[in-house]
Amino acid sequence: MRDEATFKVKAGLAEMLKGGVIMDVIDQEQARIAEAAGACAVMALERVPSDIRRDGGVARMSDPEMIQSIQEAVTIPVMAKARIGHFAEAQVLEELEVDYIDESEVLTPADEANHIDKWPFRVPFVCGATNLGEALRRIGEGAAMIRSKGEAGTGDIVEAVRHLRTINGEIKRLGGLGEAEIATAAKDHAAPLELVRAVAASGRLPVVMFCAGGIATPADASLVMQLGAEGVFVGSGIFKSADPVARAAAIVEATTHFSVPERVLRASEGLGAAMDSIESRKLEESELLSNRGW
Amino acid sequence: MSGLPSPGATGEQTTVGVLALQGDFEAHGAVLARLGAIVREVRVPADLEGLDGLVIPGGESTTITLGIEREQLGEPLKAFHASGKPIFGTCAGLIMLDSEHLGIIDLRAERNAFGRQVRSFEAPVELGLPGGPVAAVFIRAPWIADHGPDVEILAEVDGHGVAAREGQVLVVAFHPELSGDDRLHALFLQSVRDARLAAA
Repeated sequence: MRDEATFKVKAGLAEMLKGGVIMDVIDQEQARIAEAAGACAVMALERVPSDIRRDGGVARMSDPEMIQSIQEAVTIPVMAKARIGHFAEAQVLEELEVDYIDESEVLTPADEANHIDKWPFRVPFVCGATNLGEALRRIGEGAAMIRSKGEAGTGDIVEAVRHLRTINGEIKRLGGLGEAEIATAAKDHAAPLELVRAVAASGRLPVVMFCAGGIATPADASLVMQLGAEGVFVGSGIFKSADPVARAAAIVEATTHFSVPERVLRASEGLGAAMDSIESRKLEESELLSNRGW
Repeated sequence: MSGLPSPGATGEQTTVGVLALQGDFEAHGAVLARLGAIVREVRVPADLEGLDGLVIPGGESTTITLGIEREQLGEPLKAFHASGKPIFGTCAGLIMLDSEHLGIIDLRAERNAFGRQVRSFEAPVELGLPGGPVAAVFIRAPWIADHGPDVEILAEVDGHGVAAREGQVLVVAFHPELSGDDRLHALFLQSVRDARLAAA
C-alpha cells in the first residue's frame, strides 16, 4: 500500500529544493541564520571547504552529535557529507536520518576506484560532476540529485562555470544524434546507455542539477542560474564573508530573481567584503578537489 | 473580468499563475500547460494581474514564507482569493494557505508530520475521482491537524486529512505534479474555467 524511499521520493525532494540555496553550516547558530535567511536546506559539516583547504589532513564525515544538534535547530532539510566510496559513513548518516547524503569530493576520498552503491539506501544522495558522463555514472549508481562541482573553498566561479557549460553543452549535443550514434556517445561518456538515451530524448538530466563550488556573491548565483543550474550550494561564501546574515538573504533573493538584473543589483548592495578567495588556476593539481571522483 | 476576451469552447485563454519563489513550480507549469492553460510564473505582486487562478507549489515552506514577506505578496494573495479566483496548494502550498500563514483556508497544517525524508512515500489516495485512487507522492509532507466547519476533508492517510477544499481553495499534502496523474490539476483547471465564466 505504501512505498517508502522510492527513487521518485528521493528525486522528488530535490524537486522541492529547486530555485533555492543550500548553505554550509558548522553549528546551530549558523543553521538558524541560514534558515532565517531563506535557505531551502543546510549542509551540516565541521569545517567549510576553505578551512579544509587551509588545514589540510584527512577530511571525514562530521561528528554525529554536531549533525544532530543542527537537525534539532532547524526544520528545513539537513544534508551531510560522506567521503567518496565510504559507504559505512553513509550508513551512519542514514541512521541519523539526515535528509540527503552528499558523497563529496570536499572530503578525502575513501575509495579510489568505486563510489558508494547508492541504491540500497533509503536516504537520497547528491553527487558532484564535472561533465555529463560523470553525472550519469553517479545517477546510474543511484544518485537522486547532481551538483556541478566547481572548485570548493576558492570563491572563484570559473570552475563552476566550466562544469555547468560542459554538462549542458554535452546534453545539447546528444539531442542531435541518431540511435546508432547514441550508443557510441554512451561509450565515449562512459555512461549507462539507457541514461544517455533518456537525456538525448528529454534534453535534460533525469534528476535535478544544482551548482556548487565557488559561489560568493548574488551575481555569481544569478550567473550559474542563467547558465542552467536549478539551484545553488554555497559553502564558504556566506559564513566566511563580512556580513553572513545579509549575504545569505541576498544570495537567496538573487537566486529567485536571477533573470532580473535590477533585483540582483539590489541584492548586491551593502554586503561588505566577500570571502577571502583563491584563484583556481593558481592551485596545484594535487590541491584541486574537483579532480576527486571518477 | 469583463475586459478580458471570453474563453473559447476549450478554454484556451485561461491563464493560471504558479507562485515561483522557490520549489517545484516548473513541474506544475508543465502539467497545466499540458492541460491547455497559459502559465505564468509569479514572483512579485504585479505578476498576479489578470490571472484566472493560482497554484502554490511544493518547496520549502520556510523559504516560501520568507519570500512572500520579502516580496510583500501576502495582501495581494489574500485579495486574489477574496476576488473569488481559485487557488490550488500542494504540500508547502497547503502550509502557505493555512491559518498560521496566509489564512486563506480555515485549517492548520502540521509540518513534516510524516517524519524526515526517510519516511517519504508513495501511496494511492482515494479522492472519489473517476478512474479510481490517485497516485500520490508524499515528500516530508504535512497533514491537516485541525480544520473549521466549512472545510471539506477529501482524503485521509493514517487518520489525518491530506486533501481538503473550502470554497475556491483546494489543498493536498502530496505532489500530484510529480506523479504523472493529471486529474487533480484537471479538476482545478475546471474550477478556474467555471469561475471565469461565472464572473464574465
